[in-house]
Formats: sequence, C-alpha cells, structure tokens
Amino acid sequence: MTMVFVETDPAGEVTLTSAEAITFARKNPQLLPDGGAATSREVSGPPSGSTEGVVIGPLSDAAVESLGRLGVGVIHHLDHPDLAEYSAAAWAQAIVDVAPESGTLLASGTPRGMELMAHAAVRTGARMAANVIAADAEGLLRQVHGGTAFERLRLDGDLQVLTIAGHACTPEETTPITPEVYAYDLTVAEADLTTRVQRTEVEAADDASGLTSARAVVGAGRGVGSENGFAEVLELVDHLGGALGVSRVVTGLGWRPHAEQVGQTGSRISPDVYIACGISGAIQHMAGIEGAKTLVAINTDEESTMVQRADYAIIGDLHEVVGAVNEEIVRRRG
Amino acid sequence: MNILVCIKRVPDIAGSVTLDATGTGIDESGLGHTMSSHEECAVELAIQTAAQAGGTVTVLTLGPAEAVEQLRAAVAVGANDGILVEAADPSVFAPEDIAQVIGDVIRDRAEAGQTFDLVLTGDDAADTGDFQVGIRLAYDLGYPVLTNIQTISVGGAAGGGGERGSGRIEARGIGPVGTEIFSLDLPAVVAVHEGGVDPRYPSITGRMKAKKAQVVEYDAPVPGMGSPRLRLELPEVKASSVTILGEGPEAAPALVDVLEEIGVIRP
Amino acid sequence: MASVPAQASVVVVGAGIVGNSLVHHLAELGWTDIVQIDKGPLPNPGGSTGHASNFIFPVDHSREITDLTLDSMRQYKELGVFTESGGFEVARTEERMEELRRRMASARAWGIESSLVTPAEVAEKVPFVDPEAILGAFWTPTVGVVDSVRAGTMMRESAEAKGALTVSPNTEVTGIDVRDGQIAAVYTTKGEVATNRILIACGVWSPRIAAMAGAAIPLTPAVHQMISVGPVPQLAERPGEISFPIVRDMDTFCYERQHGSDMEIGSYAHRPILHDPDEIPSIEAAKLSPTEMPFTEDDFDPQLEQAVELMPEVLSNPDVEIRYAINGLLSLTPDGAPILGESPQVKGLWSAAAVWVKEGPGVGRAVAEWMTHGLPEIDVQGADIARFHSHQRTREHVRARTSEAFNKTYGIVHPGEQWASDRDVRRSPMWHREADLGAVFFEAGGWERPQWYQSNAGLLEEFGDAVMDRSAEWDSRWWSPIINAEHLAMRQRAGLVDLSSFVIFDIFGPAALDAVQHIALAQMDVAIGRVVYTPILDENGGFRSDLTIMRLAHDRFRVVTGAAHGMVDLKWFADRLPDTGAQIADLTSSWTTIGLWGPRARDILGGLTSSDVSHEAFKFGTARTIEIGSLEVLASRISYVGDLGWELYVPMESGLKLWDALMDTGHAHGLLPVGLGVYGTTGRIEKGYRAFGTELDSERSVVEVGMSRPKVKSQDFVGRAAHLRHREEDPKTVLCSLTVDDHTSAGGEKRYMLGGEPIVSADGDPLIDGHGRHSYVTSAGSAPSLGKHVLMAFLPPAEAVLGNRLQVVYMEEFYPVTVASVDSTPLFDPDNECIRR
Repeated sequence: MTMVFVETDPAGEVTLTSAEAITFARKNPQLLPDGGAATSREVSGPPSGSTEGVVIGPLSDAAVESLGRLGVGVIHHLDHPDLAEYSAAAWAQAIVDVAPESGTLLASGTPRGMELMAHAAVRTGARMAANVIAADAEGLLRQVHGGTAFERLRLDGDLQVLTIAGHACTPEETTPITPEVYAYDLTVAEADLTTRVQRTEVEAADDASGLTSARAVVGAGRGVGSENGFAEVLELVDHLGGALGVSRVVTGLGWRPHAEQVGQTGSRISPDVYIACGISGAIQHMAGIEGAKTLVAINTDEESTMVQRADYAIIGDLHEVVGAVNEEIVRRRG
Repeated sequence: MNILVCIKRVPDIAGSVTLDATGTGIDESGLGHTMSSHEECAVELAIQTAAQAGGTVTVLTLGPAEAVEQLRAAVAVGANDGILVEAADPSVFAPEDIAQVIGDVIRDRAEAGQTFDLVLTGDDAADTGDFQVGIRLAYDLGYPVLTNIQTISVGGAAGGGGERGSGRIEARGIGPVGTEIFSLDLPAVVAVHEGGVDPRYPSITGRMKAKKAQVVEYDAPVPGMGSPRLRLELPEVKASSVTILGEGPEAAPALVDVLEEIGVIRP
Repeated sequence: MASVPAQASVVVVGAGIVGNSLVHHLAELGWTDIVQIDKGPLPNPGGSTGHASNFIFPVDHSREITDLTLDSMRQYKELGVFTESGGFEVARTEERMEELRRRMASARAWGIESSLVTPAEVAEKVPFVDPEAILGAFWTPTVGVVDSVRAGTMMRESAEAKGALTVSPNTEVTGIDVRDGQIAAVYTTKGEVATNRILIACGVWSPRIAAMAGAAIPLTPAVHQMISVGPVPQLAERPGEISFPIVRDMDTFCYERQHGSDMEIGSYAHRPILHDPDEIPSIEAAKLSPTEMPFTEDDFDPQLEQAVELMPEVLSNPDVEIRYAINGLLSLTPDGAPILGESPQVKGLWSAAAVWVKEGPGVGRAVAEWMTHGLPEIDVQGADIARFHSHQRTREHVRARTSEAFNKTYGIVHPGEQWASDRDVRRSPMWHREADLGAVFFEAGGWERPQWYQSNAGLLEEFGDAVMDRSAEWDSRWWSPIINAEHLAMRQRAGLVDLSSFVIFDIFGPAALDAVQHIALAQMDVAIGRVVYTPILDENGGFRSDLTIMRLAHDRFRVVTGAAHGMVDLKWFADRLPDTGAQIADLTSSWTTIGLWGPRARDILGGLTSSDVSHEAFKFGTARTIEIGSLEVLASRISYVGDLGWELYVPMESGLKLWDALMDTGHAHGLLPVGLGVYGTTGRIEKGYRAFGTELDSERSVVEVGMSRPKVKSQDFVGRAAHLRHREEDPKTVLCSLTVDDHTSAGGEKRYMLGGEPIVSADGDPLIDGHGRHSYVTSAGSAPSLGKHVLMAFLPPAEAVLGNRLQVVYMEEFYPVTVASVDSTPLFDPDNECIRR
C-alpha cells in the first residue's frame, strides 16, 4: 500500500506538488515492496493496493473531492489542536501513527515533505530516498548532483519512505471515486512540540522581488559579463513589470543577491514567460524554471541547453539583443 | 555558545557531468571541490551566532583526506578549528551511517571536554541530496531538530521544552506561506537552507590562519548499513522544439511580438 | 542550424586575441573568404584570452619577443584599448638587483625607456608597497594594461566589415581531411569547409586540433594561478580600472595588478600543474570558463604570505576578501617560444599558438604576413614551428621541459643555462669516450655535446694567465677557463671536436643543381668535391640561414647545418624544391662528424691515410672520400675555428672507430679533444665568424654583416634582387668586432660580458643605426689567442670606424671598448694563413 502525505494550501485545496506525488504513487504500483499487502497500523479494511492520503489539519470538501479525482481511496484525516501549528516532530509522529508497516510512505519533495518524511523514516526505522523521479522493477531512480545525474537504488525493509521530485510527473486525474475519510483520536507528545512554529510572518515571506509571483521573469546569467552588466535586463524587467531572476553563478560571483537566484537551490518559478539572457542552462537552473509556460532564450550559443530547451530563441549578444528589444518596446509605445 | 557545523566536500559541478569508470560516481577529474552551498550558509550563520553569543565554531566533515581543504576553507572565513573523520570513499555510507558516525564523534569530543551547544548542518548535500543526515543525527543525539532554517539569532522568548541548559535560539525558515519563526532551547540540531545570509569570502589573513588550523582527525568506521546506491545514470537529452526568432538585434521585433501575444508588456 | 561556408581560403580556428588578430591582418593583406570558427561563444569563447591579466611589460631578454610585444602595444594603442600604468619589477635580494641591472641592459639594447629606482621611489608611486620589503626596482613607465577581448572583437569586426570574413562561433572542429600531405577540408559541427589552409590559433586546444591532421603543436596547457581580492579602499579611491603601476614581485614569482577596486595577484611560484588538452572541461561542464580551472588553494597559500609582506596595509585588511580564484590555463612550450608558421608535417597546416596577450597582435600580423608574402617583417625564426626535432614534439619532452621552465617564468636565467630534464636523448657514438674524459655536456637539438673536458684541466697550468679566468660568479657560470685552454692547445697543436649534432641532408636528382642554385646565394655550379659556404636568403635579402653545401656528384649536394636551426633549414629547402627532379633526404642520424683542426691536423690525418692530404693535393674548400683504416671517410677541408683541418664524416656506427684512430695517432702530436666552447665561441669570435640567430637574421643584409662577395652569380636565387639592391645602397648598419679595453669594475673586479649588453658612445649616449636599432652585443667571448675579450655588435655606419672608442654597459657600469674590425676581417690571423697552411 502506498500512503501519500498530502499538503493543502491556505484555501484548503490540494497543492500541485502533492497532486504530482499522488499521481506518481498511483501510476507506480511497483512501489509496493511487499506485493500489495495492505494494513495500516490502526485501520483495517481499505481497498488493497489503493493509494491512501494523509491530511493534517482542516480537511475541506474540495480537497476530498480533488483527492477522489486523483484516485485516492482512503483519506486519513489527522486533526488535533496541537497540530494546528506546524511542528515537524509532532506531524511526523501523527503520520507514523497511521502509516503502513509495509509498503511505501511518500510526500512531494517540498521542504515540508522532505522534513516530514525524514522524521517519519527515523521514527519507523525505514530507509528513505529523496527526490525520486521513477520506480520500476529494478528499484528507484532519484535526482542527485542537483539533477545533473540520477541515482539508481534499492531500499530494503518492509516500508520505504520517499519524496517525489517536483515535476517528476504531471498530475493526472482518474475515474473519480469517493474516498473514505478516517478520523483519529490522536495523542501528541509534549516533547514533539518543542520545534513548533511560534509564529509565521506572511508579508516577510512574500518575496520582495516578486520573483515567484511575477508573470514575466527576465533571467540573467554569466553572459551578462560583470556586476555592471545588468542595465539592459533591468530595463526589460521594468518594461514587463516583472522580476529579475539570476543563475547561481551570478550570485556566486556576488553580482546579485541570493534572493534573486532561480534554480534548484533558489526560487522555483512558474511565470507566463521566462526570458533567459546569457544563461547556458545548467540543470540546477533549469530545475527552477520548469514551471515557466513560455521559455525564451537569448544566447550566443545556439547549442546551449537553454536554447535547445526554449520555445523561442534569439542567437546573439544579450546586451545588444535586449537593448534592441527595449528600444522596440519603447518605439511601439510611441 | 559552541557550535559545530557539519560540512561535506562535494564536486563543484556546473552544467553537465560524466560518469566515472565504475558507473557509481561522477568523473571528478577537472572538477574543483567545495562545500555544499547550504553548508556555506551554515558556516556563516555559525560565525555570526558565535560572534553574537560568544563561543567557538568547529567544523566537521566525513570525507577523504582532501576534505581538510573544506575544513580550512571554513576556518579561513572564521571558524576556529576542524574535525576530519577520514573515509576514503564517503559514497559508500548511508545517511544513517553518517549520522551515527558524527554522533559518535560528538560524544567522543564531549568526553575529551569539547562540547557543542548547537549543531548545524545543511538541509542536504549538493551531491547526494539525501535530506536526512541532520535529522537522523538529532535523533541519534536526542536533540530537537529544525530544518529549512535561514537565519538564527541568540535568545528569544522562553517556552516549550523546559530547561536544557545551554541557551536558546530563535530560528527563521521558509514555510509554505511565509517565514516561520521557531524558538528552542539548546542543545539542538539545525539544518540550514541557503539564502538567509551571504557567506563571506575569506580574507588573505583568514586564509593564512586556515593554513595553520588545528584539525582533530578520526578514522571513520566501516559503514554499518551502507549506501543503497546501485549506480548512477545520466539524464537523456531531450529533443529541441525551439523556434529561432533570428540572430542579433534584428530579431528584437519578433520577440516583442511574442511578448505582446503573451500579454506581459506593461502599457 | 546555421552552417559554415562550403569553401574558404583559410579556416582560422580560435577567436582569442591571436585568431582575431590574424583574421584582421589577413583581411588587411587582401585575403577574402576567410572563415573563423571557435567552439565557444563570442566575444569571450572561454580560452586563455578571457582570463588573461592583460598587462604588458615591454622589456624581455629576447629581442624577438620584445619586437612582437612592441608591435602589439602599438596595435593596442591604435585600437584605443591600451591604458598606460607604468610598472615596477621589484627586488628583494641582491641577486635580483643584479638581474634588474641586466634588465636595464636589455631595456637599453632594445631602446626602451626604463630605470632602476629606490624603494622610496616605488612607495611614492605605489604607497601601499612596504619599502622595507624591497631593495629596489626596475621601472618601466610604458607598461600598461589592455582590453584584449575588446581589441579582438574590434579586429574581428574590421575583417567582417571588409566582407573578407565569416565568423562561426559555437562551432567545433571534428576532423581534418588531409590529402597527399596537404590540408583539403575541415569538418565542423556546423558542416564541412573545403580549404587548403587551416590556421590553428586556439591556444591550449591547439595540439588536439593539429593531431586531427596528424601534426604536432608541442605545447601543454599549464596552470597559472590568479586570485582577485577586494574591495581595497586604497584602490577604490582612484577611478578607473588601473591607476597604480603594476608591481611584479620578482623574487616571489608573483605580480600584483590593480583591477578597479580589486587587486589581482598572479603567481608563477607554484608547482608546475600541467594538463592535457583533452582534460580541459567542455564549456557545458566548466564552472567558469573551460580555461578557468578549479583553484587549488594549497598551491597558492605560500604566495599569500609573501604578498602580504610586500603590501601589508592593503592585503592584511580583513575586509579585503578573496573573491575570485582560478587555476588559469595558458600554453607552455618546451623552449618557451611561441609556435608559429606552417607545420613541416602537413602542408597548409599553420600554427599561431603559445602566444601571450602581450604578443598577440604582433604575432597576428607576423603570421598573416608570413602566409601572404612568405615571410614576416619581424623576424620570428626563433618561434618557427619547423624548429622542433622529432623528440621535441613528444608529450614526455614537452611536459619535462615545461615543468622545469615554469618556475623560471620570473626566474633569473643565465644565458648559458642548461636544461636538467629529458637529457641524453641523442648521444654521439663517441659519448662514452667523452664521458670518460670528464666531458661537461651541453645540449643542442637533443644532442649531448661536450662543452669542455675536465681531462684538459691540466692545460690551465700550461697556459697560465692566457686562459683569462673569470672571478665573477655570473660571468663564469656555465663556463670554464678550460675552454680557453683547449682553444690555445688547438691553436698550438690540434683539437678534435665531436660535431655529431650537425643536421645533414642531401638534395639529389637530375634537378638537384637547379634546386640548390635557386636556394643558395653562392655559386653552386661548382666542381664535384667543392665545399661551399653560403648564406641562404629570403626574398627580402635577409638571412634564413648560413650553411655549407658539398657537391658530392653531378646530381647530389649535401647540406650541413647546425642543430639549433637545422630543422627549419630542412623545411626551407624542402619547400623550395621543384615538383619533380629533386628530392631531399634527412641524413642527420646517418652520419657522424668529427672535426680535426690545428697546425698538426695534417700530420695526424696524414698518419692515418694513404691519401695525399697535402695543401696542394687537398685544397681548402674541397671534400673527398679518403680511407682511414677500413673506413671510408668523407673529408671536407673547411673550418669554423680558423685553423688548418677537416670535418670528417663517417656513418654513425663507425664514428667511435674513427675517433679512437684519430686520438691514438694524434696523441703523439699533442691532439686533445676540445669542446663546443671552442667551436661555438672562442674559435669563431676571434675569426669574426658570424652565427645565425645572433649576427645573422632576416633584418640585416649580407652587406651589413660584411659578407658580400665581389661578384653575384648570374643565376637567379631567392633574394637575388634584394641582395643586388642592398649592394647599391649604403648600409644602415655595420657589423663590427670590438675589444674590451678595461674589464675592471668600480668594485675592482674584472668583468666579462656575455652578450646582449648595450654599446654606447664614449659619452654614454645610445647608438642607433639606420634600422632604428640600438647597438648591442650580439656575441661575446674570449679570444684567447689575442688575450682579449671580443664583442660583436652592429654599429651605425658613422661609428663603424677602426679604433673608435665606445663603451659597453655591463651590470649598469661602463667599460671602454675599441672598434677592432668593421667587416669580416678576422682579428686573429687576418690573412687566414692558418687555414691555408
């Protein structure tokens, strides 16, 4: 049996990444290391081989419906006043309380998912694999080296704990079913609350540059040339009312602050258009822009990864091309 | 407040990599080595926190003899000393093994009179990306653990866990809807996510100090569990479906057409 | 995907400073349909130009390199990318101060304004240098920095603007088609280009591209470490990229160069770190650029401390951080010189590699001229790719020599300094005999050659003060008074010289006479058995070589030339043979040569052969086969030491037998083995014999070196028209021999010049000849027969007057000299009686 930790957003809806993880679980029945024997620790009777979900905190009707459309047959709903504020240890223990003794426990590879699965792995004595992208008879495949390589591995034990890499799979709905919802009478240990969130600052988290919410992001990489080479791209950002995103090399060289970094270890963005200027397309960076709906590359190197992966590209010096784009925008404005 | 920062020597890769002859690792010839970027921030946080609270910063790594370079790099920016747990091939260690080894070293150091109030790690290592060592280490030590932390400050309101004796910190990290603030008593383990601080570069005098840094050496035991790795594979190159709009500035109008169609140009 | 043009007059590989400069100059010279490719993007494709520190110190001990540098500076200035900063080379030791005095000699010799200054004067211009850390400095006000990427872009664009050039970046060479030994096509990732010329100017990758055609460009990528630290408040105070002079900290092999508010520190002090071209990461896999390799901190750590000593205020500031640190790749060659010209291995494969930013535009112009006219204006023969002997092209040799040389980049290198690595590659058949005699071996072209023999040390007593011993360590380094003693013994009795290192090749076939007649200045239609010494000229009448040619048969000529330049000569001849009727064969390793000279030479040779070797029967300038025991020996009666004698040629495997026979018979006549110290310096200098590479080069005419003969042969030959013109003109310069009148330094020690020193007027003013050259010593050496130290130098014609009193500047002291010869008249035995006795 495969159990998925489901994250919901403030509106109570299932997050995109959780939908990805559920789809991954559903489409990979071979994840079951024990051939499908299904027993939750405190529940008996759910359909064998189905995908089960765990939701902590409020469970909205919309979420139940979404989970049903995603093929989740059973929802374990964990609600307790002590779980209202996030504490990894307490949440993880709650998940462990309902997790199967054999099978697969997984979450999406978000910071929450990663943290909870690691705690759960320790608490169940299971092994864990992070950022999994595929599973087959041979075992699991996961991203390593920032996604530039994959690791093929096999986890032993009755229970395996995984996180699923973002974009490893596209959310896919199936014949809707009505999930059974199980509620529990939980006990939360005091010791597990020492790491509870004291408060959350929502405004501070709203990224100052608007990077993750911008409809248009102009990306700048090493090709900019120097700390002083950002004039054209910043003007374009202004014309688009968008945000500047930079590659890791640019922050590494100290040309721009880390807050502007896009990629595996920076922000992951999903703008309507991402215009990559002088970025060759290192995989760390590509990981951060997979959500972009349209990808435009401006690069001198036609063979670069960025150009090859783009929807549109202009081959040329970014300063010249972006300068000309700015002029054209100004001209059309009249 | 004495802080231990656990760091890892990793190949400093850029775009593409190739595999080594065994197929279980990447070909590191021609690559430099560095510590993971989360750990660079952890070192910076440790230095700032120790400066604020008073105390020392010790860096620990499990890795080959050459990993002493990463220890020295940390000393060059302000750490006080290092601990090298030498393992010729750290890739054969499971996260469980590494946590266990570090836990044992921390206990051994305590017996030698060197104790740590705060243990920092990165969220995960740039190469293996396991996201477990900090958390497994915390369980091994019986300490509380936070992950995804970007800044730390000393002190903060009392609460929660009662008397543990060696101070209290406030930690801020990224949550799904905003910055989450934690407050906890030490000792504790905190796994750091990059971005909260700008790691400093070494000064020349720092680098000169690093050369003479004191490094305590241990030999890593044979891993008990062992890495579950079977081999590495490289991603397939995807076929391109790019539309080349043109070359040079002459192609600018074509791009502006595209941007207009998407509707992102500010009026 | 854009594709490359299907055809090109030349495919230039590389868009660094060299490739860009080349396409510019080729276009200027009228070339069209040039295709330039680079595997990287523009304007910085990721080679060594992209991370160069871009500063230029004009003074080098090599005239060739200085000429290229000065031409490059001129071009950078024309492009408006040169910023003059001035530069110091600082000394921390007295030994280095001496070297700086020799730097002054080179500066004066090449006519570059420089001066020696005190620590206080350094601190005045660079206030953050601790004057206590240094003893003094060599100041060159014209030192500056350039923007080599910008310069390259401008030059490339000028060629494009002419419509002469198609540039294809992000294009990699995948193969080269060679048909019948000639380049036919270049395959790239963007298609095939039909061309019969490829010009490889891609720096550290050059060997890899050349290998695709089966040719060698013997260089190795090597690391030069560089860090950049900042922000430095003292630098930030002044605007612009560079406002303080550059400081070369010579004794620590480092430099400090301002770059805006940062200070770049570069090092040549670390262990040699060599890479193979195939090890260089791809653009995709490289963290920075492919040639900015990961920094290895341990190698740089010692330099940090030394840098702090020199600039404590700036560099021990804890806010000054190491922001950038690389193991930058550059190209090193086994002899330190660039690799220019057409490969002797594949027709149409040209190289312009191992070139530094300071020489880039100059090399671009020179190689473009070379490709266009067959020769460049600046003499770059020391950099000719054809110079390498086969072993010198091997990876092992390249790595051994570059490893040895790396730390000498800022080192103090004696002009006579010998290599320690990769020795004993070529030994003559007499080597063991020589070694038993305590031969001190110097190397040329891989050959181990006795410079002198310790076994002759007993001669020192015999000749006493006449051996002109030298007390100053520098003057006597790589030298022995035994050389002079051997010389005197040879002049009195006889000497035996191992000349196995000669490069020997035969030109043969029905058109052989026409071929050599076309190449040599001297009349070659001579009787069989004649030996002809001849200049080899280029089209401009400058020297390509000087060598001897023996006519062995109606259709066979044997060319004998030196080890250092012989491989270039071989290519020069091979390139100028007619398509049919004449062939060339390199016989260097087939023949060994033993020189026998001195007044007793005839007695010795006569005692070994039944042939008549009398003056009448065996005239000077003839060669014939004689029997010595069971050996057939080709005996050639000529001399480079100015004495009676022969060069004796036998097959390599018989060399030892001949040597032993000569030594056995010669013993009774006082025959001694003598080293190349006599053959190469003392013997020739007192005879005023010119040497290629020092007195003879492409710049000076036959007339100016005093070698013109009364008549010019009627047959056409390369350079004939120019030579005829030179004969009509007044010479712009005159090669003279001078004697040093007083050797005593201010400190009371006798000093002996080694070559390269400036010659100035009695008042200390520089002498400048009609070529614009300052007078300097081309060769220096003892003339033991005269008891004099002799210098050769080109003087302005007005100064080339017998008895003219001038001065030579040595270690910044002035010594009186007298002009003793203004033509090729020898100082010793001016009527050549010794040779003709």
